[in-house]
Amino acid sequence: MFTPDLRAWSMAGLTVLGLGVAGLSVAADGPGLGMPVTAEQLAGIDLIVLPDGTGLPAGSGTAAQGKAVYDAQCAACHGAQGEGTQGVPALAGGTLTGTPVLMTVGSYWPHATTLFDYVRRAMPSTAPKSLSDTEVYQVVAYVLHLSGIVAEDAVLDRASLPLVQMPNRDGFIDRSQEQ
Amino acid sequence: MSENNKNTHAIPLERVAGNGLLSRRHLLGLSLAGAGAMVADSVLAADAPALTMPDWSRTPGRGPSEYGNPSSFAGHIKRLAPGPSATLPGGGASRTPLHLLQGIITPNSLHFERHHAGIPDIDPARHRLAIGGLVRQPLVFSYEDLLAYPMESRILFLECSGNSGGAAGPTAADTSVGGLHGLLSCAEWTGVRLSTLLEEAGVLPEATWVTSTGADGASMGRSIPLDKALRDVFIALYQNGEPIRPEQGYPMRLFVPGWEGNVSVKWLSLIKLASMPANFKDETSRYTELLPDGKALQFTFPMGTKSVITSPSGQMALRRQGIHEITGLAWSGRGAIRRVEVSADGGRTWADALIDGESRPLALTRFRLPWLWEGAPAVLQSRATDTAGNVQPTRDVFLNTYSPANRYHFNGIQSWAVSAQGEVTNVYA
Repeated sequence: MFTPDLRAWSMAGLTVLGLGVAGLSVAADGPGLGMPVTAEQLAGIDLIVLPDGTGLPAGSGTAAQGKAVYDAQCAACHGAQGEGTQGVPALAGGTLTGTPVLMTVGSYWPHATTLFDYVRRAMPSTAPKSLSDTEVYQVVAYVLHLSGIVAEDAVLDRASLPLVQMPNRDGFIDRSQEQ
Repeated sequence: MSENNKNTHAIPLERVAGNGLLSRRHLLGLSLAGAGAMVADSVLAADAPALTMPDWSRTPGRGPSEYGNPSSFAGHIKRLAPGPSATLPGGGASRTPLHLLQGIITPNSLHFERHHAGIPDIDPARHRLAIGGLVRQPLVFSYEDLLAYPMESRILFLECSGNSGGAAGPTAADTSVGGLHGLLSCAEWTGVRLSTLLEEAGVLPEATWVTSTGADGASMGRSIPLDKALRDVFIALYQNGEPIRPEQGYPMRLFVPGWEGNVSVKWLSLIKLASMPANFKDETSRYTELLPDGKALQFTFPMGTKSVITSPSGQMALRRQGIHEITGLAWSGRGAIRRVEVSADGGRTWADALIDGESRPLALTRFRLPWLWEGAPAVLQSRATDTAGNVQPTRDVFLNTYSPANRYHFNGIQSWAVSAQGEVTNVYA
């Protein structure tokens, strides 16, 4: 298992042998114990939604439907109109250059898919993952509606959510290549 | 007291910068011991009582134990932890008491914490790590599986992107170095290279990012570029020799050397190769740096070149005039620390500090410099330079770069004021 090459292969100066054109594997330096599974078998723990909509589930919802979910699940902490409460972020309104700066879903978040991803995996904070996919679509629509981003009767689903135009979509400077 | 300390001048002290900074050469053989001994002779010989055998030398002590604890007399050395959050159960942070520690290694019980939905109580026998997305063959690993893989150890710092955010606030808080800068720790981390597991799964050519989520209540996620993931990222299983602590992600966490702590996803359970970043909440809404014009920097990964004096530091007091050691920590997410300078006059003059031991890349580095304090007010500062040539900026330069609302990636120079009475306080200077 420990070949001489491996022992000399420091983490700091790791050379990616053979990760070339195909981007495929090199001679394995581990014991190869991973159990093969299908993407379907991972679905139960995979909640990742990409900005292009990859990972969004079936279902749909409107802001009109989402008001009841919001009032029951979110308003106590985030405020009746998404204005936030002490220590809990506001969801609507805000400005990035005024005084005071207020960064919200409406003023700051670049992707509507992020809201779905986050609510589904982490909200409400006292019972994360307790909302159905339909409820998540509904409450996402409602939160976006609080900032006037979608109409009250707009239907959000896996096709339409990635197309929602967030006001600050172009507000970010990607530094990921400055390493 | 100052009368006695004036005797130290009998040995020539090499002053190298204003307000009493002495040469680091005094720590390298140009000893101060002679000066100290002269003072000691004149005081102790006359005034000290005779030493007596203490009680604990007259009776057998406690026997061995299965898992050790600090001395009961060291019980005050604790993390700086706030009360529980009413709105985010388990959320919040605790800080490493940097002012109470020495060297560069943070004891596991004192490593800082930052949780977004509390610490899950994970049974390693039931935990799984899955690798999926743009791979030839999705795979699942158990904890036992990973323990069988080749491992490597590295001493690495971990710093929260929000560390020192309080130092960007409008008024200088009356707090300690741990309270201000304690979202910073350093440990020897041991684990399995992520590249090994990715090679086993077979990364597809279109993959450019690695997205990861944890098994905590928030299933917190982050994205990192694939090239970094293949370069030096690993799955940490051990921390300072023992299995990583629950608050650090037991049984396993991602460890991304040099980068903002939040990307080192704890309780790691899913790694998914993708052709784009997921833009998780914690890489859009949070952990992005707002600029004055309302634009924001996203994916600012390496932590900045930085240093802070840990002693003397905020809320400490100098009880005597004479020689004190100024010491602190320096680090950079872009390499090793090449140089640390210290000022005792608010940045007007600087002296090179001694780097204590080896300066390791992406690890904390301890620096030291002797200082002759003769009772004058002083402002102590430190300034780090890394091996890439990056120099720690002043607080003003840092603040002018960002929106006043930004609290991330603060690496401005810290100032500690020393009053004529010896009280040390956090100041903006």
